[in-house]
Amino acid sequence: MSTIDQSKIRNFCIVAHIDHGKSTLADRIIEKTGLLTSREMQDQILDNMDLERERGITIKAQTVRTVYKAQDGNEYILNLIDTPGHVDFNYEVSRALAACDGAILVVDAAQGIEAQTLANVYLALDHDLDVFPVINKIDLPSARPDWVKNEIEDVIGIEAQDAPLISAKNGVGIEDVLEAIIAKIPAPKGSAGNPLQALIFDSVYDSYKGVIVFCRIMEGRVSKGTKIKMMATGASADVVEVGYFGAGQFIPCEELSAGMVGYLTASIKNVKDTAVGDTVTDAENPCAEPLPGYKKVLSMVYCGLYPADGAKYPDLRDALEKLQLNDASLFYEPETSIALGFGFRCGFLGLLHLEIIQERLEREYNLDLVTTAPGVVYKVYKTNGDVVELTNPSNLPDPSEIDYMEEPIVTAEIMVTTEFIGSIMELCQERRGRYLGMEYVEETRALLRYELPLNEIIYDFFDALKSRSRGYASFDYDIKGYEQSELVKLDILINKEEVDALSFIVHKQSAYDRGRRMCEKLKDEIPRHLFEIPIQAAVGGKVIARETVKAMRKDVLAKCYGGDITRKKKLLEKQKEGKKRMRQVGNVEIPQKAFMSVLKLDDSK
Amino acid sequence: MRSMGVYIHIPFCVRKCVYCDFLSGPATRQRQQAYLEALLREIVWESGHYTDYIVKTIFIGGGTPSILEAEEIAKILDCLRAHYQIDADVEITLEMNPGTADQEKLLKLKRAGINRLSIGLQSADNDELKLLGRIHTYEDFLRTYYQAREDGVSNINIDLISALPGQHLDRWVRTLEKVVALQPEHISAYSLIIEEGTQLHDNRDAWAPVPEEEEDRLMYQETKRILADHGYRRYEISNYAKPGYECRHNRIYWQRGVWHTADFVGFGLGANSTVGDRRWENTKNMERYLSVFQERNVGLYDSRLAENRSVGESVKEDAIRLFDMEQMAEFMFLGLRMMEGVSKREFTASFEEDMDEIYGDALQKWIQMGLMAQDGDTVMLTDAGIDVSNTVLSSFV
Repeated sequence: MSTIDQSKIRNFCIVAHIDHGKSTLADRIIEKTGLLTSREMQDQILDNMDLERERGITIKAQTVRTVYKAQDGNEYILNLIDTPGHVDFNYEVSRALAACDGAILVVDAAQGIEAQTLANVYLALDHDLDVFPVINKIDLPSARPDWVKNEIEDVIGIEAQDAPLISAKNGVGIEDVLEAIIAKIPAPKGSAGNPLQALIFDSVYDSYKGVIVFCRIMEGRVSKGTKIKMMATGASADVVEVGYFGAGQFIPCEELSAGMVGYLTASIKNVKDTAVGDTVTDAENPCAEPLPGYKKVLSMVYCGLYPADGAKYPDLRDALEKLQLNDASLFYEPETSIALGFGFRCGFLGLLHLEIIQERLEREYNLDLVTTAPGVVYKVYKTNGDVVELTNPSNLPDPSEIDYMEEPIVTAEIMVTTEFIGSIMELCQERRGRYLGMEYVEETRALLRYELPLNEIIYDFFDALKSRSRGYASFDYDIKGYEQSELVKLDILINKEEVDALSFIVHKQSAYDRGRRMCEKLKDEIPRHLFEIPIQAAVGGKVIARETVKAMRKDVLAKCYGGDITRKKKLLEKQKEGKKRMRQVGNVEIPQKAFMSVLKLDDSK
Repeated sequence: MRSMGVYIHIPFCVRKCVYCDFLSGPATRQRQQAYLEALLREIVWESGHYTDYIVKTIFIGGGTPSILEAEEIAKILDCLRAHYQIDADVEITLEMNPGTADQEKLLKLKRAGINRLSIGLQSADNDELKLLGRIHTYEDFLRTYYQAREDGVSNINIDLISALPGQHLDRWVRTLEKVVALQPEHISAYSLIIEEGTQLHDNRDAWAPVPEEEEDRLMYQETKRILADHGYRRYEISNYAKPGYECRHNRIYWQRGVWHTADFVGFGLGANSTVGDRRWENTKNMERYLSVFQERNVGLYDSRLAENRSVGESVKEDAIRLFDMEQMAEFMFLGLRMMEGVSKREFTASFEEDMDEIYGDALQKWIQMGLMAQDGDTVMLTDAGIDVSNTVLSSFV
């Protein structure tokens, strides 16, 4: 194989706010460069999980190599690295960006800059990428490209006057984008003669090949037989195959060298050995330094996952094991709940990640799940000097042993039209937000900056934000760190028995309100029994709220004549069937739904 | 020789009541006559199956069977006598509504063999009767009742419904007191169930709200107390009788063990049957019912032709075989509707299984909660258990 001329390679990604057309543009680039005919194209090739298509977001980074014959007569290799589009996956995004030399910024011609536009573009600039803007959806009647151009220049400060005006949906202006990639994104640097230094930006598990490592070769070369070493995890292996990315397929090649993006396999059994951000080097001729920026991925949000049918516990374990093969950021360990039986405490990058895993378990593995309230990781400083990282409220040490507690705080940026500033500020205030400042992006839009406790935004903050801004606000956040906070454990007692699966950690100030709303909600969800059931919320053994499910006084089929026994029986069977879907806590049968209903306590009531 | 009960369904009435979800409606005389014809053919046609059975009870229900002529009712009973063995002590019940029979008709019915009347009164309050869409007043009822007594009918049931829209306890008690003063042998008193497909259900806003659960329950307790004071014993969740006057036919539905007559055969539209481990239901489609028996143009009293079972289609639908577990469940949840409860020995005799082994957990739980009680070999619902009997009984299905 002839050596590839580095100057004819472009490694880039596309950054955008959700729904501004990132994936559609990616599809058009692939189509235009002839990798697939439009007939073969299934819309949005890169989002290949059903879930991604449905939600219109990219969950896992995807990469594709195409060849483009430019107007200068030369053929260029374009490596498009499509990055996940959600704050939960910010670290993955940052590693994917590190694998690129430039980025296309897609901005909606009607909506202009949004919170994620800013967050993503700053992330790209932080990685020293050359960014050029593209204005999409110019076919919309409400498109105002000139105004958007000015906004990009004013707010982000990058040149936008010659930004291609395109409609990815209709395939308009794609050629301009391709030419701009050649002109504005720099060719990779690095020398094939140096020791191997490659950045892992993703990996997938294949049952035949083992882990397939996606990497960008910064320096050196790698081919079949190279003995490689992962510098952070220390794992080493012999390369079995190297290659590059076709559309939805892996195409083997002889060698990957500096500047190229591709994959390698080395009979690696576990994605944990190929951590995103780690540096691959030649074990026999290692590079001096690993690439900067490696971080161990930490779970930010935890919750309990239980099979609705206790007998499905082994199935749930198998399913989690399989998902983890492809998702090193998914954490799980067995736990037992008095109310819910055997299950797992699972850790996620964020709430979206949690929802995705939950949906995949339900869809792909056909499991019916009961989820406990998601919580964040609290730091409990004990009086004896120990620090406990608390992921399950049930494990909170006795209050007498606790010196103080800390909770994670985020810095949030909320983009909102001016008319809703008041209601959004109110929302942030309610969620214990600390106001940092506000900038007017233009006359009618502002960027609000707040510090917010993570546990206040993981439930329904996004929903509340949308409903209080009629859908106009957009939101992004970064983890800032831990801060001391007055936290208490709120317990729910049903018929005087504590239901461990319903306990959660909450700020002292919100405890009363949350407890009251939990009790109200549970009262509606728990069916009447043969006896009265008190539902109580308690903090430190002191009851702070109470509701009562009244006893059922009458449940009798008075009339039973005519020998139509089948119908009577069906009635009783229905009643019994309903019970099967309940969880028994003491004498009380609690519907599975009740455990889930308390996750969303409507705020705007 | 085995025993069985026979149910005859007459799906006609003068007018549909607002709470009624039974298979019944007004019809022309011609339609009624065509139906009667088909019914008689069915009775003959089926008789070959039951040559080794003796009929202990006959129940002619509806609808309002009493809107047929007395001669027509007599024809049905004659047909049964001609093709089935009838016990000398047979109980023959006719359901009737006040105002559908005069003294002469009642006498004819008695002569035809009817020895038990079940009169649908529902309420002794004329406003309530009107609200329910009944065709009669309380005075109409009294006339029918006294006429039947004069004709020597010595076993009468009166049907009552409590918890009517807008009803309160005192109003219900007045109905009860009027009725017990008449001293019928049997009283059925059930609280209103608003069934789907009834006028009461589909047009709920047109009526006052039904009593709250608490009041409904008080009505039940008062019913039991008042009736007990007047010599009636509650023997089933909604049925009360003077000693010896419990409805033998209904017992067949509820008592499914080998010590009792458990088989029943229903003739007519939509009638249900259970014989041994077989259960079926006749079609509810009138056209179909009529056409099947029109095709079977057999001589009415020629039972030899009826033996030829391969002829024509059947009106039987949804035929199933009951598995042992289902039979056990029915033994329990139907038998426990009877205040006398169910016998563990009869359970063993019927299924060769130990009741405690199969239902021990549930029994223990309910007994502990005071919803069931045990007396020697039998277990039964307590008064508290009756109020929430669906919850208790559903643990046995």
